[in-house]
This record gives sequence, structure tokens and C-alpha cells, in this order.
Amino acid sequence: MTAYLDHAATTPMLPAALAAMTEQLAVVGNASSLHRTGRAARRAVEESREKIARCLGARPSEVVFTSGGTESDNLAVKGTFWARRDRDPARVRLLVGATEHHAVLDCVDFLVAHEGAKVTWLECTPEGVVEPATVRAAIESDPESVALVSVMWANNEVGAVQDVRALAEVAHEFGVPLHTDAVQAAGHLPVDFAASGADLMSVTAHKLGGPIGVGALVVRRGAALVPLTHGGGQERQVRSGTLDTPAIVGFAAALVEATASMEAEAARLVALRDDLIDRAMAISPDIRPSGVWHRGDGASRLPGNVHLLVPGCDGDSLLYLLDAAGVSCSTGSACQAGVPQPSHVLLAMGVAESDARGALRLTLGHTSTAADVDTFVEALPAAIERARRAREATAS
Amino acid sequence: MRVVAAMSGGVDSAVAAARMLDAGHEVVGVHLALSQSAATLRESARGCCTIEDAGDARRVADVLGIPFYVWDMAARFTRDVVDDFRAEYAAGRTPNPCLRCNEKIKFAALLDKALALGFDAVATGHYAQVVEADDGHGGVRRELHRAVDSAKDQSYVLGVLDADQLAHSFFPLGDTRKPQIREEAAERGFYIAKKPDSHDICFIPDGDTRGWLTRQLGAAPGDIVDTSGDVVGHHEGAFAYTVGQRRGLGLSRPAADGEPRYVVEVRPETNQVVVGAAELLGVNAITGDHARWCGPAPEGVVRVGAQVRAHGEEHAATAWADGDHVEVRLDSRIRGVAPGQSVVLYDGTRVVGSATIAASRLERAVVD
Repeated sequence: MTAYLDHAATTPMLPAALAAMTEQLAVVGNASSLHRTGRAARRAVEESREKIARCLGARPSEVVFTSGGTESDNLAVKGTFWARRDRDPARVRLLVGATEHHAVLDCVDFLVAHEGAKVTWLECTPEGVVEPATVRAAIESDPESVALVSVMWANNEVGAVQDVRALAEVAHEFGVPLHTDAVQAAGHLPVDFAASGADLMSVTAHKLGGPIGVGALVVRRGAALVPLTHGGGQERQVRSGTLDTPAIVGFAAALVEATASMEAEAARLVALRDDLIDRAMAISPDIRPSGVWHRGDGASRLPGNVHLLVPGCDGDSLLYLLDAAGVSCSTGSACQAGVPQPSHVLLAMGVAESDARGALRLTLGHTSTAADVDTFVEALPAAIERARRAREATAS
Repeated sequence: MRVVAAMSGGVDSAVAAARMLDAGHEVVGVHLALSQSAATLRESARGCCTIEDAGDARRVADVLGIPFYVWDMAARFTRDVVDDFRAEYAAGRTPNPCLRCNEKIKFAALLDKALALGFDAVATGHYAQVVEADDGHGGVRRELHRAVDSAKDQSYVLGVLDADQLAHSFFPLGDTRKPQIREEAAERGFYIAKKPDSHDICFIPDGDTRGWLTRQLGAAPGDIVDTSGDVVGHHEGAFAYTVGQRRGLGLSRPAADGEPRYVVEVRPETNQVVVGAAELLGVNAITGDHARWCGPAPEGVVRVGAQVRAHGEEHAATAWADGDHVEVRLDSRIRGVAPGQSVVLYDGTRVVGSATIAASRLERAVVD
């Protein structure tokens, strides 16, 4: 038996998305062309844009198509930083969550290293949540210097869901825009861009059943952005480049499908998730889930997210042993040349470095079944035993 | 068997992994991350563990259809190999880090982890052979032998392996010459088939050992003296000199006889480098410590071939062991015996064992 438990890395395409995209792949047309062929492509793009906007609580004109989450984050952080600094040279400070994805973190590092940006890292609670008071204190220390607040909607490692609306309210009190990376949230949680108050929101198709290589940055009207790519002036002059019509059509079909089935799917995944966590903890008393976890609750933690700390083990040993047993999962943290580093997310949550090395992320999705959970739970005891021996063997 | 193939990203370890797979083993590729600050791209034939190297190894594993992982052994490597290398030089000795890496990392940390994870053995792309011989008690004993390709033979740097480590080691390339390995790599469709061999010390990618040591240990200016104690030059750190070295001395005064001078001794305690004539380098007695035996320790006095540096010649000698110590008496004088290097002892092509050279001297035969 094999079990794919890495849906947060990428999830299989939904059948509706695969069908819509495949059909569009056979159709010629550049959405920027003026003739009938171009118009047909543009119609497919714009209908997709409207569907996506409707699912995300945004206006169609607010949806800027990109190549995915990383580009969306780059455009949001760099584009806003440059636009705000151009208008007011004092606005160079970025307030950024300590648990953000590297697509945000590394933009910040780049801007600090090359563009004179300053950064204030927003600390999180042991549950991985940034509290509004933290944002308030960070802004109040020097309100006139702030260019942008960026806090993710849901964390990719531990699944912690933020109260984006409360954070945006604080930012707006000071006239500061807020970006949220909703890559893990869109299609899985009710994401309403307008209601959230966010000014910029990153999403990607392949985490919700669409194709890899397309995403969007939702940009509130009036939010100023300096483009990162220049050329044909597509996407409101913000993101030049010929639009990938088939991918956009697939993205829209996936999001419509995911939104329609969201409530039932979340309940199903929460049940599987809770069962997996309960059974894992029963195997070894020191195994514990990271972050916030309440049985039956799919609102404060992503419904399909399981993140376990297995003391005495190295995550990469567990990953190998589970892989050999047919279970595809992740240590959850970023790799450098394939070497798992202790997760910055866990360290920010106050987890000890030695415990952070024994992290395992299992993420469920639309193809997950109880049999997948069984396969994992059956493989886990032997994996833990061997991984512990391996840690001891290399510790000396 | 379940085998970890250690894959550096080079052509040798790639073919070694492929051969283990061909032999019917269940093979998993493992690339060791040994550098704590891996560079992105390989810049020359030197260095290793760049992200590009890891990518090359992964690509080969994908071609072979085997799982592939990167294991982070950077902390262990830093402690057991790099720190040891620096300390040895600081103490006036000339260490061989490849030997130490084999002893402490590849056939210790890596092997131990592999065994703990349920593997049976580790395979590497070293040029050496493991021969199964009768142990005299009805069983088999695994012996380490020189490779067929004497120009590539790496049995010297494996002379630190004990019988237990050898029991879990495979060297699938030992029966083949290097050019054939490259041909085989090309036939197997490995795009790294023409990748240059790596040379020198992997953690000193620019090859400037003296510069690296000076940065690590700090400049320590001192005198270069001749054997009568006269100052004949200056240095920026005695640690950067090796017994037998001739080049790069920058002596201010020529020798009285006009003959070239060599480093004959490094004195860390007084930060002096002693130079002298070539004949002072000739020794015929070596005392080694940190003895390691690839099989049973030799009993009594044995005839051996002794090799005192990587890719050096083998010299006829007599040796005997006394616990951790080994005494070697060479039939004739040899030069370039540097403390800190290993003396590896051979019986024919078989590696008997090794010891780290602690001291060497010229013993004159007692003539009645």
C-alpha cells in the first residue's frame, strides 16, 4: 500500500480542472490578440477571472494572474515596498510574520540587503499565531516608517490560521497596507478577500486542485504596485507576459469545484486528521502535534494539516523510512541542497531545536482516505524505532 | 542486501551505485552534505558538496530509479575531520583528511546510521577491492586489497578500516580501470561521465592549504633555521610547513654547498621550521600510533610493504605491533616521511593495516 500524504506540497488536479484545462490546451489563441481567435482566448481568461474573484470574495479587476504563489508573494512584497518608498522615502520598514513562507522571507532579506529596507519580525504565540497587539506595537514604535505588513492566512507547516481581519484592522488604523499569503488557505477555508480587509492576497492553483505554474495576486483597487516584469503590459500593467489561458481555465475550474465542496470536504478531512493524530499519539506517548489542535475544529488549523513532533528522531530518517514503507510525507521545513534545516516556523513557536529536528508533516487532501491513514499508522512504529537508533548511532 | 550507495555527484560513485543495483541489491543513494556553507556551483576540479554536486548525484539516482537522500553530516565532518586537520597542522604534523573521513564519517557515522536504519552495507566509488578469503575456521574473512588500476588505487586511504567496517563495505570499482569506468558511465547514460575528477582537500576548494591554515590559525611569524640553528629565513606560521617540503621556503641565504634545502623538522613549540640537506630526510625507522588493522593484528615480526603517503611507492620493510603502536623498519632509506601521515602496511596486494606516523629516524645498522 502507498499513501500520498503531502497534499500541502501539491495536490492532484481535480477532474473538473483537468478536463477544462485539457480542452483549452487544444485551442489556439493569445488573449492579447485583437482578432476572433484572441477574443475567444480572452473570453476564457476573463470568465475564469470572474469565477476566481467570486470564489475569493474579490472583484474581477482585483485578480492579477501570476505564475504561482512565489511570484505573487514577490510582487506583493517588493512591488508594494518600491511603490510606497517612491512616494515617501521614509517608508522602508516591513512588518513580517516570523513564520512566513520563504517566498516572503527571502523577499524581505533581499530588500534589506539591496534596497535599504528595514524589517521588524512579528513574533507569534506558541500556537503559531500573530496577535493584533503584536502588529500594533510594531507599528507604534515608528508608524511613519512602515511600508507593509505581511502575515500569512494559514501556515504551510503547522496549519495555523490567522485572524487576518483583526490584523488588517490594526494596519489600516495607521494607513498601512496588509499582504496575506493565502496559498494554503484558498480552496480549503472560506477566504473572503473583501471581508478580510487585506490589501494584497497571494494564491496558487496547484494547492487546491489546479495545475502547477499559475496563481494570482489579488490586489485591492488603489493599492500601488511597482511591477517586477515589464513588457506587453498585461494584467493592468502590473504583470507583463502572455497569459497562460489553459492553466488559468484549469485554475478557475479547480477553485469553483473546491469552493463548492469545501464544507463537506473540510469535515471529512478534519475527521481523518483527528484520527491520524490520535492514533499517532497512541503509538508513542511523547509524540505531540505542533501548534493549535482541537478535535473537530477545522477553523483554527487547516483541516488537512497534521504536524507531529517525534522526540529522539531526525525528520529526514523518518521521511526515508516512511518513504520506503510507501508513505510520501514531508519534514515540513525548507531544505538546503536537500538537507532539512530546523524549521524557522517551529523555532519561532518556541520549539527546542532538538525537537524541531524530529518534525513530520502529513497533509491530507481530496484523494485521501482512511486507508492512507492506516498505511501511515502501520508504518510509524518501526520507523520511529529505527530513526531513534539512527539518531543514537550518529550522536556520538 | 539493502545497501546505501554513497554518491558524491562524481562519476565513480555513480557507477558504483549502478553496479550494486546490477548485482541485485536494493540500493538507496545517499549524498553526504559535509560543508556547513555549501557553495551553489562547483568552480573547479576541487571542492565538493556543492549544491550542484548534490544535484548531479540526484540526477544519477533518478536515472537508476533508486531513492535518493541527502544526509547532513556537516557537524560531524567539521569536528572529526576539519577540526582534527587544523589541530594536527597546529601540532606540526601533516594529516591526511581523506583517511580520517573514511575512518570517522563514511565508514562510521554514515555506516552506523545506515545500519540503524536497516541497511546491511555501504558502497562507495573508492578504487580498492574486497576479497573474501578463508578465515581458517571454515568461514570467510573479508580482506581489503589494492585496486587493479594502480594509478587510481585508493587502498591507502581505506587502511584505517577495521574488520567490522570492512564486513559492511563494498567497493565495486576495484576490478576496473578508470577509463573503463568513464566509458561505462557514458554507456549508462550518466551525463556526468566526463565530469572532472576531484582533487586535493574538499574543504579547501581553492587548493591553498597554507592560506587556509593561516586564516584558521592566525599568522604566527617565526624563523626558519638551519640545522646549526642559524636563521636563514622567516615564515608566517610553522604549521604551514611539511617535512620534505622544498618549494615556497623563500630562504634569504643559500646553503653553503649550494644544494637545495628541505624542511627536515617542524617545531611547533618554538614556532621554528628547520631546513637542511636532502640526505637528512632519509629515514629507515618509523614509529606509528593509532594502529588500525583491516583483519587480525599481525603477530610477531612480519615482512610487509610500507606506503607512507597517498599514491606513494611501496617500500619493503619489517614491522611489528605493540598494542596501539607499530614499529616499521625499512630495508632502505626513504624520504618524505611526514609525521601525521599514515603508514599503510601491505602483504602483497592485501592491506594489513595502518598507523599514524608519530616519528621517524635513521637507524644505522650495528656493524660488528
